[in-house]
Amino acid sequence: MLTLVVNGKRSSIDVDPDMPLLWVLREHLGLTGTKYGCGMAQCGACTVHLDGEAVRSCVTPVSRAAGKNVTTIEGLSADLSHPLQRAWTEIDVPQCGYCQSGQLMAAAVLLRENPHPSDADIDDGMAGNICRCGTYPRIRRAIHRAAALMAEGKSR
Amino acid sequence: MSATPAVSRREFLKTSGAGAGSLVLALHFSTLAPSEAALAAPASEFVPNAFVKIAADGAITVIIGKSEMGQGIYTSLPMILAEELDADWTRVRCEFAPVDPAYNHTVFGIQMTGGSTSVWSSFEQLRKAGAVARAMLVQAAADGWGVSAAACRTEKSFVIHDATGRRAAYGELAAKAAAGKPPAQVSLKDPRDFRLIGKSVHRLDTPAKCNGTATYSIDVNRPGMLVAVVARPPVFGGKAKSFDATAAKSIRGVKDVVEIPRGIAVLADGYWTACRGRDALKIDWDEGPLAGYSTEKQRAEFAAMAKTAGAVARKEGDVTAALSSASKILEAEYELPYLAHATMEPMNCVAEVRAESCEVWTGSQLQTLDRISAAQAAGLKPEQVQLHTTFLGGGFGRRAVPDCHMVVEAVQVSKAARAPVKLIWTREDDMRGGYYRPSFFHSLAGGLDEAGNVIAWKQTVVGQSIMAGTPFEPMMVRNGVDGTSVEGAADTPYLIPNLYVDLHSPKLPVPVLWWRSVGHSQTAFVVESFFDELAHAAGKDPYELRRTLLAKAPRHLRVLELAAEKAGWGSPLPAGRGRGIAVHESFESFVAYVAEVSVTPQGELTIHRMVCAVDCGPVVNPDTIEAQIEGAVIFGLTAALRGEITLANGRVVQSNFHDYPMLRIYECPQQIEVHIVPSTEKQGGVGEPGVPCAAPAVANAIFAATGKRIRRLPIRAQDLRSA
Ligand code: FES
Ligand code: FES
Repeated sequence: MLTLVVNGKRSSIDVDPDMPLLWVLREHLGLTGTKYGCGMAQCGACTVHLDGEAVRSCVTPVSRAAGKNVTTIEGLSADLSHPLQRAWTEIDVPQCGYCQSGQLMAAAVLLRENPHPSDADIDDGMAGNICRCGTYPRIRRAIHRAAALMAEGKSR
Repeated sequence: MSATPAVSRREFLKTSGAGAGSLVLALHFSTLAPSEAALAAPASEFVPNAFVKIAADGAITVIIGKSEMGQGIYTSLPMILAEELDADWTRVRCEFAPVDPAYNHTVFGIQMTGGSTSVWSSFEQLRKAGAVARAMLVQAAADGWGVSAAACRTEKSFVIHDATGRRAAYGELAAKAAAGKPPAQVSLKDPRDFRLIGKSVHRLDTPAKCNGTATYSIDVNRPGMLVAVVARPPVFGGKAKSFDATAAKSIRGVKDVVEIPRGIAVLADGYWTACRGRDALKIDWDEGPLAGYSTEKQRAEFAAMAKTAGAVARKEGDVTAALSSASKILEAEYELPYLAHATMEPMNCVAEVRAESCEVWTGSQLQTLDRISAAQAAGLKPEQVQLHTTFLGGGFGRRAVPDCHMVVEAVQVSKAARAPVKLIWTREDDMRGGYYRPSFFHSLAGGLDEAGNVIAWKQTVVGQSIMAGTPFEPMMVRNGVDGTSVEGAADTPYLIPNLYVDLHSPKLPVPVLWWRSVGHSQTAFVVESFFDELAHAAGKDPYELRRTLLAKAPRHLRVLELAAEKAGWGSPLPAGRGRGIAVHESFESFVAYVAEVSVTPQGELTIHRMVCAVDCGPVVNPDTIEAQIEGAVIFGLTAALRGEITLANGRVVQSNFHDYPMLRIYECPQQIEVHIVPSTEKQGGVGEPGVPCAAPAVANAIFAATGKRIRRLPIRAQDLRSA
């Protein structure tokens, strides 16, 4: 039995400790917002936070997550109140949408570490996330916008 | 985004008149009759037709028969209906339709999404549906007030009688309107009175795509569901001779191993375990006729074919005579590889086969055929199959497959295992699974007279036919010419007096399919690049020569001039930079791009700027058009700079994003500007037309910057290095 804390909720599950966290989230915990895109740390669709750090859940054995705090897109905020989600909806970033959970989770870590990223910082921070629909120009804009929203929130 | 059956509207109407009645595609205009699902609505709901429901609380649900794969129809189609309904947009929601003839494509006659046709082909239908609903609500209000319907107006989900100041909300009127009769005729708004159409509106699917709640078929879960992966032959056209599943079955969690016509399926209680089970299978394959085949071999075969005469696709004047009289002749060969769609959501399908019924969940672009195929595979009638359309994690044509293999496999496995099954293609399965944009080889000769006028254009095209062997073949392949192989070349608008295009369509077991912009994805690169070669050979400005030879193509000219103007064509550039231009029509929309690039001596390419001009006729949601063009530029550049599926020893070499890379955020152009031509011309598509010009605009800019002519995609660093 393995104990996981996902989005603040504790659960015990009986799975092979080598099973990637991605499939435990999707198939055992019903958290399907985290996506499978490549299974080999290439695309970032499966990005979640492990104790606040962005990880590729498709190559993270579930045993590595035991005892740590896992945050998925469902835990970023369900009501779209996170500044990134607000920026994303304001700018209508998603097209097919399939990569966007991973984009948002990667962007959240980027902004936490660098509240005022330049274009180059964004390019660096988001380099691991593929968007086949080509929403990159909007992702850039939305991260800048979220940074501004966060700054406003703080100065208020 | 979309893609496909590239039967252009014109082409379709032309060919379908010619006795193609036996086809599923028979011309068919959808009725406005309520569908079965719609009829099951509660009495308090007003369901005037198959496309809209109005609830007592004022919620308006627009039901769309098209699939949302990122292209934005989940928003633009409801906008069209809401416009004529005068709906309060904040109360409008969207729902995917069941499979029902009411939702058949108004031109193609089956339920499907493709060919960048959704908006224009639904425009009148949805406007009418909205107008009928509005008229019935007005009638209900007028009857209640004892006034004439003509004295009432509507605004934001209210019927208003100005003379008495009375107002009634659509929700309040729903039950009464439901008892009324639809009018025999409705009048539609003058486009000048549009309040919604033509304005940028937020996408209705954005919220669900920002909090993880948007459901793709890969997210569907059913009680007792198993997950299946299939071991398929390593070479196209091969099959399993024998297999041993003992080791696979001994893995904890593996539930079953079943053989289906396309391979060996391993079923487990989850994806990861199913994959481990598949790894443990021992299979003896018969590799079939393509064993040992390679891209090099194909290239040699295609090149040899290009030296012989093919089926004639276009013939104007006498190209042979013109070439022999030309004062300058240019010859060139162009090559383009197979390309995978690589939708972000890999192929998958959920099927639940029961004794008398079957349910399927899939991100389909081709519902009618998918349902028929599911029924056949289940041994049921189509009416016994319920097919649920989910969001599509990308389509680009890949989810409209005439053989419906994705659905068929899932149904076969569910039937054999007697359990609900989610069949998932791993990324590797997806990348190696075929249904590629065909590889193409073009051989060209162009002739200039002494004044530098283009007097001859001869083009031989070699590439597999997409339509051959599909239900679309009788309509799309004429006199040996698959129109989709030469579209964008055979119908070039350039005024060249002697023009000849012919085609070879070699048959190979590599499955090919329409890929976002279909034939245009390869012809535009070749035509626009070779045209550029001719311009430079003639000592003419490539933009000016295009203008001259497009004198009779006003919509081409308009976008060409707009792109040139916005890009500052002809104005000085920083040292080392070059500009390239390309213009192309596809799916009845007109697009021109100007690319600005620089190349380092080591061959590193930077795309500084892409200036895009688009004329797609009257616009529904301008922001969606911008988004589609931005995305299409990146999609086109991904192919131009990175995309290549190759074969070695009969096998596909690439397998995942490390060897079939996508453009990443730091590689995409620093600036993509989209300029939309205000237009009252015929509406065209938007999902695909942005792709074709990306590669030639950049290739032409590379030539301007470096003098190096790109004749083979993808563009390789070695083709760009100075040394
Ligand atoms: S699915 Fe994990 S990085 Fe692609
Ligand atoms: S929105 Fe489709 S892959 Fe990113």
